[in-house]
Amino acid sequence: MSILIYANTANGKIHKSALEAVAYGSKIAKDMGTNTTAIVVGACDDADTLGEFGATKVLHANDTKFNSFDPSVYAKLVTAAVEAEGADIIIFSHDYTGKSIAPRVSARLDAGLVSGAVDYPNTNNGFTIRKAVFSGKAFANISITTDKKVISLLPNSVDKSPVGGSASVETFNPEVGASTVMVKEVVKESTDLPLTEAEKVVSAGRGLKGPENWEMVEDLAKALGAATACSRPVSDMDWRPHHEHVGQTGVAIRPNLYIAIGISGAIQHLAGVNQSKTIVVINNDPEAPFFKSANYGIVGDAFEVVPKLLEAAKAFNAANH
Amino acid sequence: MKILVCISKAPDTTAKIAFTNNNTEFDTNGVQFIVNPYDEWYALVRGLELKEQLGGSVTVLNVGTAENDPIIRKALAIGADEAVRIDVNPTDALQASKEITAYAKSEGFDIILLGKETIDYNGSQMGAMISELMDLPYVSLATKLDVNGNTATVSRDIQGGTEIVEVSTPVVISAAKGMAEARIPNMRGIMAARTKPLNVVAATGAAAATTISNYELPPAKGDCHYIDAENAGELIELLHNEAKVI
Ligand SMILES: Cc1cc2nc3c(=O)[nH]c(=O)nc-3n(C[C@H](O)[C@H](O)[C@H](O)COP(=O)(O)OP(=O)(O)OC[C@H]3O[C@@H](n4cnc5c(N)ncnc54)[C@H](O)[C@@H]3O)c2cc1C
Repeated sequence: MSILIYANTANGKIHKSALEAVAYGSKIAKDMGTNTTAIVVGACDDADTLGEFGATKVLHANDTKFNSFDPSVYAKLVTAAVEAEGADIIIFSHDYTGKSIAPRVSARLDAGLVSGAVDYPNTNNGFTIRKAVFSGKAFANISITTDKKVISLLPNSVDKSPVGGSASVETFNPEVGASTVMVKEVVKESTDLPLTEAEKVVSAGRGLKGPENWEMVEDLAKALGAATACSRPVSDMDWRPHHEHVGQTGVAIRPNLYIAIGISGAIQHLAGVNQSKTIVVINNDPEAPFFKSANYGIVGDAFEVVPKLLEAAKAFNAANH
Repeated sequence: MKILVCISKAPDTTAKIAFTNNNTEFDTNGVQFIVNPYDEWYALVRGLELKEQLGGSVTVLNVGTAENDPIIRKALAIGADEAVRIDVNPTDALQASKEITAYAKSEGFDIILLGKETIDYNGSQMGAMISELMDLPYVSLATKLDVNGNTATVSRDIQGGTEIVEVSTPVVISAAKGMAEARIPNMRGIMAARTKPLNVVAATGAAAATTISNYELPPAKGDCHYIDAENAGELIELLHNEAKVI
């Protein structure tokens, strides 16, 4: 009985989401009196840092043939690690990588999967985990009824402070067959901060009138260390790139801070953002529905309000650095 | 080119979300159901475009009871050639994936398309499960798909960017925004859909691995704290001292 965590990497380093997944898994392990193994696939030069977040052992599949991402191959690797470690609970981050591998591992092991978990499992009566459903409009408590259990954790859901400790790193390159998906090209997004991982997001809608007015949005985002997002019509009209579209049919996010500028707050938009911890709405229409979901509201013209915020944010930065 | 598009039923995006039976069941009272947008707008339409370009057929598949027939007819109205419904109300994605695999395994589909997730359970599970159970390659979160002979060229979203991959058919692909433009069924399509085949096949009785214990609605938001537009800059202090998010 042990817990296995798939630890994501990016550019040869452990990814932030992996720290949270390992912290999550090791808290569960501690409560159950067992230990935590992490598996890292592909090039990574700081796998040992996972020890600080509670992993006692790290399996590193570092053969160069694993450098290219193929969920089928990665699922076989994880399954091999499950067998090697006798793991019963397997944890992923619910991000692009986890979404492609966790269900495969679940199908391979015939193990129940809760994807997008937002809390620790409740083991008082079975094994039940909370996840957001109906695009953030509700939660469901889902019980896994199989012996082996797979969880993918929605990033930014639980505490990810280091607990101290160290992990032994072992090479783990089992024979799992070759990849059938050939990567031809990788195009990086221009942004430095992917939207789904951002803790702060500045978002704007049709109220901004045209793509030429986004400079102030970008400046404010930069001053706050935030990523930028937009409403659906804005990306449909190609004012902004598709990957910035948030909402029920775009990306669902739950940052600590979501600032909505000139967005009316349609139900489909809210569905993708209403789990944000703090919501700020800036709109010149006091009746805009978004104010009902806001923690802070400013009724006013974005073209006057945003420059004031930018100035205050810059002053704040100057005073706090 | 034999194309399978898996479609799921979802509540309309404006549906009021409420629960009954001690919060153990979704309250369908007054709820309008639609084809899950990712399945319809992107997976189905791209499937139809590929058929128009390369010839072949598009089959839509739903795992569900007769209640789902209206949304299946909608997919036929948009242009699918035939439909299959596996007659069981599945409890989870693993059960539905097993049923789909049992049916699709011997049908010789070249491409199995489906949306990246449903807008109700947001699981993002089915594509990966089906490909694993059928032992096929899988490309998730695809925003572009072209097929040339036995090779599919797919752009997919990955962490921090886009990846362009090549894969041989048969393959399972989950579709995200960008892959196609939604189509609205016309009168002719709606008429034709009435007579297109909708074959009901019996379920194999595959088991689920999870059950839903109960639902909860999120806690109501407190009142909005308004800040005067003239002094908008005060927000920054509030975000720091009160909300503690910057
Ligand atoms: C099936 C379906 C799925 C959908 N999915 C999504 C989705 O995922 N995401 C999404 O965002 N939408 C989605 N939509 C669309 C959604 O219904 C709304 O139409 C959309 O969110 C509106 O975008 P908006 O708020 O930018 O524009 P509008 O509704 O036009 O609102 C513009 C706002 O800007 C304000 N404004 C105007 N000028 C100023 C100014 N000078 N200063 C300040 N404020 C100003 C106005 O008062 C208004 O509130 C979906 C719709 C459907 C039917």
